[in-house]
Amino acid sequence: MTMQTTSSGRGAIELAGVVKSYDGGETTAVDGINLKIPDGAYCCVLGPSGCGKSTILRMIAGHEDPTHGEILIGGENVVGLPPVKRRTAMMFQSYALFPHLNVRDNIAYALRVRGMSRSERYRRAEEMMATVQLGEFAERLPGQLSGGQQQRVALARAAITEPRVLLLDEPLSALDEHLRIQMRTELATMQKNLGITFVHVTHTQMEAIALADLVVVMERGKIKQAGPAREVYIAPRDRYVAEFMGGQNVLRGKVRTINGVRATMVGRGEEPIEVAFDGRHRLEKDETIEIAVRRDDIELLRPEKGKVPAGKAAVSSRIVGIEYQGNFVKVMLDATDDVAFIAFVPERRFFQDPMKVGEVVYAAWDVEHAHLMIEP
Amino acid sequence: MSRSATAGTPRSGGRPWTFYVLLAVFILYVIGLYAPMISIYILSFQDVRGGLVFPMKGLSLHWFVDLFTQVRTGDVKGSFDRSIRLAVLVTVLTVVISFLAGMAFRRRYFGDTAVFYLMIGSLVVPGLVLGLGIGLTFNFLGMRPSWYTSALGAQLSCTLPFGVLIMFAVMSRFNTAWEEASRDLGASPLQTVWLVILPILLPGLVAVALFGFTLSYDEFARTLQTAGTLNTLPLEIWSMTLNVTSPALYALGTVTTIVSFVTIGLALGSIVMIQRRRAQRIKNEA
Repeated sequence: MTMQTTSSGRGAIELAGVVKSYDGGETTAVDGINLKIPDGAYCCVLGPSGCGKSTILRMIAGHEDPTHGEILIGGENVVGLPPVKRRTAMMFQSYALFPHLNVRDNIAYALRVRGMSRSERYRRAEEMMATVQLGEFAERLPGQLSGGQQQRVALARAAITEPRVLLLDEPLSALDEHLRIQMRTELATMQKNLGITFVHVTHTQMEAIALADLVVVMERGKIKQAGPAREVYIAPRDRYVAEFMGGQNVLRGKVRTINGVRATMVGRGEEPIEVAFDGRHRLEKDETIEIAVRRDDIELLRPEKGKVPAGKAAVSSRIVGIEYQGNFVKVMLDATDDVAFIAFVPERRFFQDPMKVGEVVYAAWDVEHAHLMIEP
Repeated sequence: MSRSATAGTPRSGGRPWTFYVLLAVFILYVIGLYAPMISIYILSFQDVRGGLVFPMKGLSLHWFVDLFTQVRTGDVKGSFDRSIRLAVLVTVLTVVISFLAGMAFRRRYFGDTAVFYLMIGSLVVPGLVLGLGIGLTFNFLGMRPSWYTSALGAQLSCTLPFGVLIMFAVMSRFNTAWEEASRDLGASPLQTVWLVILPILLPGLVAVALFGFTLSYDEFARTLQTAGTLNTLPLEIWSMTLNVTSPALYALGTVTTIVSFVTIGLALGSIVMIQRRRAQRIKNEA
């Protein structure tokens, strides 16, 4: 096995052409994944249920073997090795704490099966409990703990093996809304303190962008887009990623005119929409394209107050719903046929001159702020 | 709608008439269930003049002494001994095999449905017929039936399916992630069984054991043709009903009931003890 400089860090992970299929190839859960996760990164794998994200996690953990492809950790192929040899640890969905063992024995379990003496493993467990602030709960059974405490036990139980990679399967899904945000922060702190690679599987994009250095968006066994959280959020590759990450409106249209780095497209209505594009794109006339416009980039203008200002693109549409959200107002428009076209209007601005359901307005945005997506 | 609603709601000062009807049915049911048994227990405490029917004649332990000392009442001590040994043997085998089967049936494997129905099939076949078949097979093979071979097999044919069905129910609440977590933390398969699976399934296994023991202890139909020359307790009781006409028979009924209750008490007591000890440990060290 040759060491690769790009992924030779001890906790660096590389997936090369990983395929997982069941029933002799009839169903494919993971369909040819290539991915590099740097050592010490916090990586979130994001996708709806059934997209193969958990299977990827389980293959890295060593609970399932890929049908094809290689999985490298620290530059070494680990396919076929048991979890201990991989130096990975997994935090299971709903934690899978042993219900008959108290907190201390749960945390010390990995040391027990390695044959460590009771006094030594309890000393180490005690240290670990102090780090995750569980000292006073040492004698409690998992059933007597709150969700947040259970998560800390699960984390401590996994971390005591000193893994180089920690794999987290939907770690926050068992918690209620309030606790989820609190434990999310704890996870981030823990990752920084341990300094090891975290791979975190979730279907909640809020979780992913709040935590991850690297966001991986998946659909039906394939990676749709992988990159830093902000990049995936503001520059989604296609409609699927844009809609999954949320916060975006997607407009579809045909290219009408091309002029340097500007083009116009015609969508559902006959009004032309101005589109900015850079050297990465090569547009052709009559080609179908899609642009993503952030909901918070949209300004609502009353048509009677004159024309749309220069440098802005706009669509004319009717307001179909208004929801007060506290710090902003969510205005739903009928600019697109299938999904709602939504504008997030800052609360103060909206109430300076409130609009009503049924009004026809211009939804306008800076041409430069709209994002032309690579794959229509 | 409104009529049925008023029928079910308690009016001021009383319950609906349906309550009294159901109460009467329940009381009749309880009398039907327990009165015959209780009559036998009471009649077993008569003195030497005692007969098989009420009224009670005197009050003593005469028939209990008679039961264990008189030869004419049959080999009570010997058959009791055999029944207990057989029940223990059946219990151990049932627990071990049901546990293993429960583990195996968590995954699909080739022919699993067939194996399952074969197993359930032995519950459907009348016990007497099954026992007769086993007895005939032993004769055909030139083997002598006895309580620890043919009768053991015949009894397992009913305790095993029950044991496995209980294990299915127990296993359905077993989270396979516990096993995976154990493996993830470096445990060998044997360590996982010993440190995780067995302790978690322990209450279920006690239930299987209890079932196996009580089923075997008073099993009659399957044992009749398979016990060979030496009787188990139920067979002994049955033959006594044919030739013993004294309250010694009732005394035997009382004794066997006490043994059953003691067994169940021990099993439940051990579960309560385990839970108390766990709770105590938590309290002490917290």
